[in-house]
Amino acid sequence: MQYSEAIRSGFRYLLKNDPSVLVIGQGLWSPWYVGDTMRDLETEFGADRIIDTPVSELACTGASIGAAMGGYRTIMTHPRVDFSLLAIDQMVNQAAKWNSMFGGGAPVPVVFRLIVNRGGEQGAQHSQSLYSWFAHIPGLRVVVPATPQDAQDLLIAATLSDDPVVYIDDRWLYEWDLPVSDPVPVRLATQGPVRRREGNDVTLVGLSWTTRLLCDAADNLAKQGIHCDVVDLRVLNPFKHDVIAESVQRTGRLIVAEGDWKTCGIGAEVIAGVMELAGPGVFKSAPRRISLADAPAPTSKPLESEYYPTISTVTQAVEQSLKHSRSDS
Amino acid sequence: MTAKRESMIGLLNTPDGHREPAHVGGRERNQLLDWYHKMLLIRRTEEVIAGMVESGEAVCPCHLAIGQEAAAVGVASALNSGDRSFGAHRSHSHYLALGAPVRRLLAEVLGKETGCSRGYGGSMHLRAPEFGLVGTVPIVGATIAIAVGAALALKRDGRNAVAISFLGDGASEEGIFHESLNLAASMSLPVFFVVENNLYASHLHIDLRQPANSIARFAVAHCIESAVVDGNDVGLVATQTERLVDIARTTGKPVLLEAVTYRWRGHVGHREDSDVGVERKDNLPEWKKRDPIARLRTSMLARGDITADDCDAISLRIERDLIESLEFARNSSYPAMEDMTRIVYSDRFDQ
Repeated sequence: MQYSEAIRSGFRYLLKNDPSVLVIGQGLWSPWYVGDTMRDLETEFGADRIIDTPVSELACTGASIGAAMGGYRTIMTHPRVDFSLLAIDQMVNQAAKWNSMFGGGAPVPVVFRLIVNRGGEQGAQHSQSLYSWFAHIPGLRVVVPATPQDAQDLLIAATLSDDPVVYIDDRWLYEWDLPVSDPVPVRLATQGPVRRREGNDVTLVGLSWTTRLLCDAADNLAKQGIHCDVVDLRVLNPFKHDVIAESVQRTGRLIVAEGDWKTCGIGAEVIAGVMELAGPGVFKSAPRRISLADAPAPTSKPLESEYYPTISTVTQAVEQSLKHSRSDS
Repeated sequence: MTAKRESMIGLLNTPDGHREPAHVGGRERNQLLDWYHKMLLIRRTEEVIAGMVESGEAVCPCHLAIGQEAAAVGVASALNSGDRSFGAHRSHSHYLALGAPVRRLLAEVLGKETGCSRGYGGSMHLRAPEFGLVGTVPIVGATIAIAVGAALALKRDGRNAVAISFLGDGASEEGIFHESLNLAASMSLPVFFVVENNLYASHLHIDLRQPANSIARFAVAHCIESAVVDGNDVGLVATQTERLVDIARTTGKPVLLEAVTYRWRGHVGHREDSDVGVERKDNLPEWKKRDPIARLRTSMLARGDITADDCDAISLRIERDLIESLEFARNSSYPAMEDMTRIVYSDRFDQ
């Protein structure tokens, strides 16, 4: 099943099994905004549950929070991560904090579904992912599904969680086609990083789209006899470091492909976590980050193709990591 | 100094008119006594909190609603138990008008675990869901949209209930206000927007912030039924609230009330801040002649079935309540340290 169809499968499961689920956002009735992930849902479940809205990110996000406080499970969809910034007060100041600032007992079971849609010469305001922004905020849970199975299951887990959850899906994954089993609801708080490939030479850590990139690179490298441990982060907040630290204790080498900017990013968090849990002595060579250039996304074709990492970017990083020992890296 | 220009709200923006007794004709005796009790309770509680701020006992930012009691009480008296209210930074008055206990407010101001937000909110984050107050927060305008969502939930529940958004004239300058009015009107959601226009956002007069001084003009733009009322007359506030809320309940549509009023203390803290602008220095003593409590009292005593003794008895009850509540708050404990990280998420699996 393709990733986009798996998201749709998650929506159908939720809408069928829980009458309190409402989906709110701009363009929900249009493939221009949400691809095939919500195809015909408004026909199947009603336009009063799949609510297409005015061009008001802030008020709609606030309303999704208010409905969630009122007993509904709302999924507020922003067709670009970039657009959700118009609603950041509601996400960060309100949803993330109500339970704490009222002493507990004020849960906000809302999902902010943010879609990453980059490439295609869309440029600076249609391409961001901003993972570490959301991962920084206590009170938000952040999930970044990479596989079709996770796209389905983590959407369900996020919606059934009583906490506000940022669910970030990536249109570069929409056509990834893998077997998907029927939904079995899991408790989001139990979820964390998992290994997608096993090997003892290098630890590769990815999230969302970069997990696929790393899996593809690892499969190529395996043919050359280089075996990578690929860890898919899946959940960025609360951040769990133990699976990564365990892996690096075996491999001694770490590369994080964060698919986002470097400064104060997810790669920094991953590396710092390994340092804290396993100590600096665990590294046989310096840890590396595969990040975007510190620039807004360009539109021009050659710049854009340079901007995003590819399989060969990963392969080169692995070769560098293996070449250098700790003393000369 | 504020620029002089034509007022869209008549003399409501000046202290000169509207000093007559509150319009409470046809109201029952018990209702008036209840209003008087609630308004005086708000006044006296705010004065007690002002004292706590002045002495340093209360540290969190306290935004007092002295002078604005009639707006909160007049609105609250027309609401049902199933209605859901949301407030902002100046919401002690809404909390008390909805009937929530003063002892838990004072405990909250002192950061005690017996507070209405278990000591995690302070003055600016109040919650009393059992009295219909879902939450008050100090990000200006934030709860306006949340109230719209609450109305969506109430409408889907088929409860014939209304969501109330208490906001000030300053919040009407936020984009979220306009987005929320549009959303509520276009989706036909039963939200009651209550704008307490006290003419100031912090230190800045509305004439320096907006091209016209009436907030109800925005309701017109969004096809929302509205009314402008003397916010210092509890009778008029209640009458217009009853009319508007009835429209919201029967049609499921949003409505808006603009209650023009004036705060007697500064934006934050215990002081009157009469040094903030020449106009405020001149106007504050005059506005005190439009005292909503005195105007209600005059109406009550003119009826014949309410005496000064009745008023004194209420006053005495409030003083006793405040003494006991303050003692309760002072004797309460602070929240347990370990809860601070435990309550960040509802599902505590990973703590």
